[in-house]
Amino acid sequence: MKSTTIALPISIRDVSKTFARTAALDTVSLEIASGEFITLLGPSGSGKTTLLLVLAGFIRPDSGEIRFGDHDVTLVPPHKRNIGMVFQNYALFPHMTVAGNLAYPLRLRGMARAEVAQRVTRALDMVQLAGLGERQVEQLSGGQRQRVALARAIIFEPRILLMDEPLSALDKKLREQMQIEVRHLHQRLGMTTVYVTHDQREALTMSDRIAVINHGRLRQIDKPQELYERPNDRFIAEFIGESHFLPVEVRGGAAYLGERALGLAEPPRHPAAAQFLVLRPEKLKIIDASDGAGLNVFLGQVKEFVYQGESSLLYVSLADGQPIAIRQAAGSAQTAPLPGAPIRLGLAPADTIIVPSEEA
Amino acid sequence: MRVAFPSARPDHLAPRQAGRNAVELRAQEHAEQWLLGSLALPGLLLIGSIALAPIIWLFWLSFRDAHGMTLAHYARLLHPSYLITLSSTFELSFLVTFVCILLGYPLAYVIAQARPRIAAILLLLVLFPIWTSLLVRCYAWLVLLQRRGLINTWLSDLGLIDTPLRLVHNFTGTSIGMVHIMLPFMVLPLYASMRAINPDYIRAAANLGASPVQAFWQIFVPLSLPGLVAGIVIVFVLCLGFYVTPALLGGGRVMMWSMQIERNVSYYGDWGAASALGVVLLVLTLGILWVLARVIGFDKLTGAR
Repeated sequence: MKSTTIALPISIRDVSKTFARTAALDTVSLEIASGEFITLLGPSGSGKTTLLLVLAGFIRPDSGEIRFGDHDVTLVPPHKRNIGMVFQNYALFPHMTVAGNLAYPLRLRGMARAEVAQRVTRALDMVQLAGLGERQVEQLSGGQRQRVALARAIIFEPRILLMDEPLSALDKKLREQMQIEVRHLHQRLGMTTVYVTHDQREALTMSDRIAVINHGRLRQIDKPQELYERPNDRFIAEFIGESHFLPVEVRGGAAYLGERALGLAEPPRHPAAAQFLVLRPEKLKIIDASDGAGLNVFLGQVKEFVYQGESSLLYVSLADGQPIAIRQAAGSAQTAPLPGAPIRLGLAPADTIIVPSEEA
Repeated sequence: MRVAFPSARPDHLAPRQAGRNAVELRAQEHAEQWLLGSLALPGLLLIGSIALAPIIWLFWLSFRDAHGMTLAHYARLLHPSYLITLSSTFELSFLVTFVCILLGYPLAYVIAQARPRIAAILLLLVLFPIWTSLLVRCYAWLVLLQRRGLINTWLSDLGLIDTPLRLVHNFTGTSIGMVHIMLPFMVLPLYASMRAINPDYIRAAANLGASPVQAFWQIFVPLSLPGLVAGIVIVFVLCLGFYVTPALLGGGRVMMWSMQIERNVSYYGDWGAASALGVVLLVLTLGILWVLARVIGFDKLTGAR
């Protein structure tokens, strides 16, 4: 398939949708650059799928505007939008063969028989299903169905591709493999892609940018690394990656844990007084009594040691009883600390993140 | 251009080896099969004794008269009066089935699309006729359709007709009554198969560029076919053997195969002739089902999919 497709930017402006008096989307605005891979990430019921269905045209927003390029598509019916979509359960037509499914959008566009056949062959080739065109859908494995669904969504060279949790039905190994493959496909074909998932690791793996949604509102839109390293608030920090939180008081550009001022790389971004210190398990280091210069030091007591293969997790109770965790890369020589042993932990100021509570 | 997909086939699909437990496992499997099979035994015995045995008896009777084995009962069926009855039976069954499709499909579609509560009420309305007596319904139609019945009175009061329409005691009246009785048997399997269609299929069709009309004909209708076929089979087969409604609403002008059977038994006491009629109807019905099964597949015929 030649990448003659020119991607289209998507502009979502103040879109709201209410279902039975609950706001599924609350004045959502999002600019998606042409060719960008953006992920809508949120817990279930957050509104991420609603937003995708608004883009596909299956849900009409109560207010606001959707633009594909210069074209206002807010009220354009789904079949006139010309965008590809991969459904969560693939929605492959069971009464058609694999080739029939792939040919369907082409036939709807009045393409000549020979050209259809040629394109179907090429598409099957591209997703490594060459020769399976005459199979019935129910004869395929989950991973194969996923590839057919993907091929069907891009065979008519749409300039925008929507994906609704397309990998959630696959097992872990296959899912991780497909994540990379979908990303490669996107890099080659270059269409603007909006991907919905509730799996934060999947979002971090695949996306150019991630838009975190909760309760119908966009909470943060950022590159994966930014999102992880500089979460806007406690909800983001809690939803993406593991973390424990300690309450801190912010005054005069400094953060105080109890009476102690924490070393920070930059002053807290939010003005609220009551905020939280984010403790990511892999950022904490176990240090000796002599170390600790330039670090924020925490004292505690070992509670439990959990071996997890590539790494191990150490649960620690701080002096005031607060539970936290430390992740360490596992070495063969590692010995498990005994429960009850005192422990010193250090956290670099650059990794010392202060966030406001959820409503920011 | 290609995107590299490494092979995802598991490499441990070695043939299962008969291990030490094989014998014991097989014995347990057999015991389980017998146990499960025995659950079906009462049902099988019942069907065998009240359905299969009489059919075999029917066959036997149809080849016998007072003097022994004979083909006379079958030879007699070639008489024109029987052939006319046979053709009108099929004619009526085809017509009723066809009208049931025309009325039943849109009805089932509306119920399947309706919100659950409204769907439940509509389904109740569809089922309601089944719960009332067949005779009551036939007489009700008689009241509505007769010369001085409700419909003729209204139409002439409105000045639309001068002479009453002949709505009953003929083919028309019989068809109306039978459609009414058969409609639920068309709607229920249709509704069940429409309800099972994942709305994502229709969404996917729209997303791929199908207008609502295209999505309906190219995706929805093919996916509802199992229900439609099941409905057609049920209605058509029931129509072939129908007796009460044609007898009441046909007024003696509509001669059904089943009425010939009744006549042979009650007027002439000729069980052999009646049996031959029954056998012919059974064989024709099975023949039609066999053709249908060959064309569209047995699993769809029984609505098993």
